[in-house]
Amino acid sequence: MGRITLDQVSKSFGDVEVIPPLDLTIEDGEFTVFVGPSGCGKSTLLRLIAGLEDITSGQIRIDSQDATNVPPAKRGLAMVFQSYALYPHMSVRKNIAFPMKMAGIAQDEQDRRIEAATTALNLTDYLDRRPGQLSGGQRQRVAIGRAIVREPAAFLFDEPLSNLDAALRVGMRLEISELHERLKTTMIYVTHDQVEAMTMADKIVVLQAGVIEQVGSPLELYNTPCNRFVAGFIGSPKMNFLEGEAAAKYGAHSIGIRPEHLNISTDEGAWKATVGVAEHLGSDTFLYVHPEGNEGETMTVRVDGEFAVRHGDTVFLTPREDLIHKFDAEGLRIP
Amino acid sequence: MATQHSRSAARLMMAPAVVLLLGWMLVPLTMTLYFSFKKYLPLRGGDLGWVGFENYTRFLTSSAFWPSVQTTLIIVGGVLAITVILGVLLATLLNQPMWGQGAVRILVIAPFFVMPTVSALVWKNMFMDPNYGLLAHLWKLFGATPIEWLSQASLTSIIMIVSWQWLPFATLILLTAIQSLDSEQLEAAEMDGAPPIKRFGYITLPHLSRAITVVILIQTIFLLSIFAEIFVTTGGAFGTKTLSYLIFQRVLESQNIGLGSAGGVYAIILANIVAIFLMRIVGKNLDA
Repeated sequence: MGRITLDQVSKSFGDVEVIPPLDLTIEDGEFTVFVGPSGCGKSTLLRLIAGLEDITSGQIRIDSQDATNVPPAKRGLAMVFQSYALYPHMSVRKNIAFPMKMAGIAQDEQDRRIEAATTALNLTDYLDRRPGQLSGGQRQRVAIGRAIVREPAAFLFDEPLSNLDAALRVGMRLEISELHERLKTTMIYVTHDQVEAMTMADKIVVLQAGVIEQVGSPLELYNTPCNRFVAGFIGSPKMNFLEGEAAAKYGAHSIGIRPEHLNISTDEGAWKATVGVAEHLGSDTFLYVHPEGNEGETMTVRVDGEFAVRHGDTVFLTPREDLIHKFDAEGLRIP
Repeated sequence: MATQHSRSAARLMMAPAVVLLLGWMLVPLTMTLYFSFKKYLPLRGGDLGWVGFENYTRFLTSSAFWPSVQTTLIIVGGVLAITVILGVLLATLLNQPMWGQGAVRILVIAPFFVMPTVSALVWKNMFMDPNYGLLAHLWKLFGATPIEWLSQASLTSIIMIVSWQWLPFATLILLTAIQSLDSEQLEAAEMDGAPPIKRFGYITLPHLSRAITVVILIQTIFLLSIFAEIFVTTGGAFGTKTLSYLIFQRVLESQNIGLGSAGGVYAIILANIVAIFLMRIVGKNLDA
């Protein structure tokens, strides 16, 4: 079981309040991702849940038990750190066995869990190696193995993939998602990469400056972002925003339109624009265009497949009316 | 890597330093070896010719030899144990954030800057004197008879004085090592359920092993040749005669340069034996 409830939790470092009081419930078995720009307090929030930082006020409940003043080891949570934090002088086996050794679990039970974890993580050939002799992906798996054998109520991941190269990151992303499918344990995952958030999460928590901007499933956030910040943060490439005359036509202070929701044509459309940079990826074509009369602006357009235009060509854009997001002067969504 | 040309240029430029260092080492070594095979008594006839290995056998069979080796090893071992253990504890303490950290750190390093002669004299006269020393006052405060440190507990006293001098060195090296420990490792161990003592034993201490190795190696080399502390406190009496002090006595007090030189050669051999043992025991720590 692993239902985690934060009730009016806040955190200050000295006079600086990094997290104003916030409420959040993470259901049992849910894969929750905290996402936000760097410095938004997502890692701090995770460390508060882990117990590595003391909360300034409020209450943390794990399975409806008050865990606010429970030391980290007793909360039944396992954490995977950004730097992996493997013990460099211990072999892989000893690293994975360490939490069980501290908990005083019987040797044959330890062996059984190590066997199960290392088989699942493809680490059986590396049990006697030191962390220094492993690649980044293998170290990551050892760190996950060390978390699994504790059979925790919830896993906490603190930007676990940011030290890996791009190809490995995609692979590990799948492995962690599969792990979650298999274990069905609550997982809280911190990242600044919205692609990781979109692909892995059951529930995304978007944070900015310690404040929760929106909580919801990936597609909820994509389809109905509650404000301009979430709209701009979720989705890749980023949403285009238009203000002034174009927005006034829809009765809004500003409108947002995703690059994939713009129809493009070389001969007719609502807005005329000049192509700046064209990225031809084969599967998609990304065009960075400058609208006529407002050449300083750049709008991004995503076209499926190939679209033969070059720098300086003139194109016409037409937004899909039903997929336009409208925002008021405060940046809040107008339904 | 480098071209043939730049490599020969590098050799040429290093040559003066290498020649100087070689001369620095080789000239005294050769002279020691030369005198050790001679009967040379400056005040009693001067150079009295070659005597083969007689100086070596005399030095080794003298009743003062083995006790002096023992004393040397006790002092080195005692000081190493005290400085390493206290050094680790002090470094751990100094690593905690506290008010006036910079000033405290400088104070801790300070004893290292005091000359050995001076610190030994300060200890001898201000702390250990049985009449007016600070420790004597402390003993009297509790109604006890003051200990005559330098005669009743001579070896302990010298180990205390030398440890006081070398503790800052050990602390400094160990402190820098502790500071390089990744805090996420300690947090991971905390999450894994290790209480503070076990975190220290399983994470901090293994992390420090390399620094401890360095401290032991460097201190051993310097401690084998301590002299000033003994000279100004006990003058070699009360069982504090180390090998280097014995050699000093043979050369200057007995005015027997040949015998002293033979002792010097033994000291070189002893130092090398210790160094080889240390390298084998702890050297593998330095590879990792």
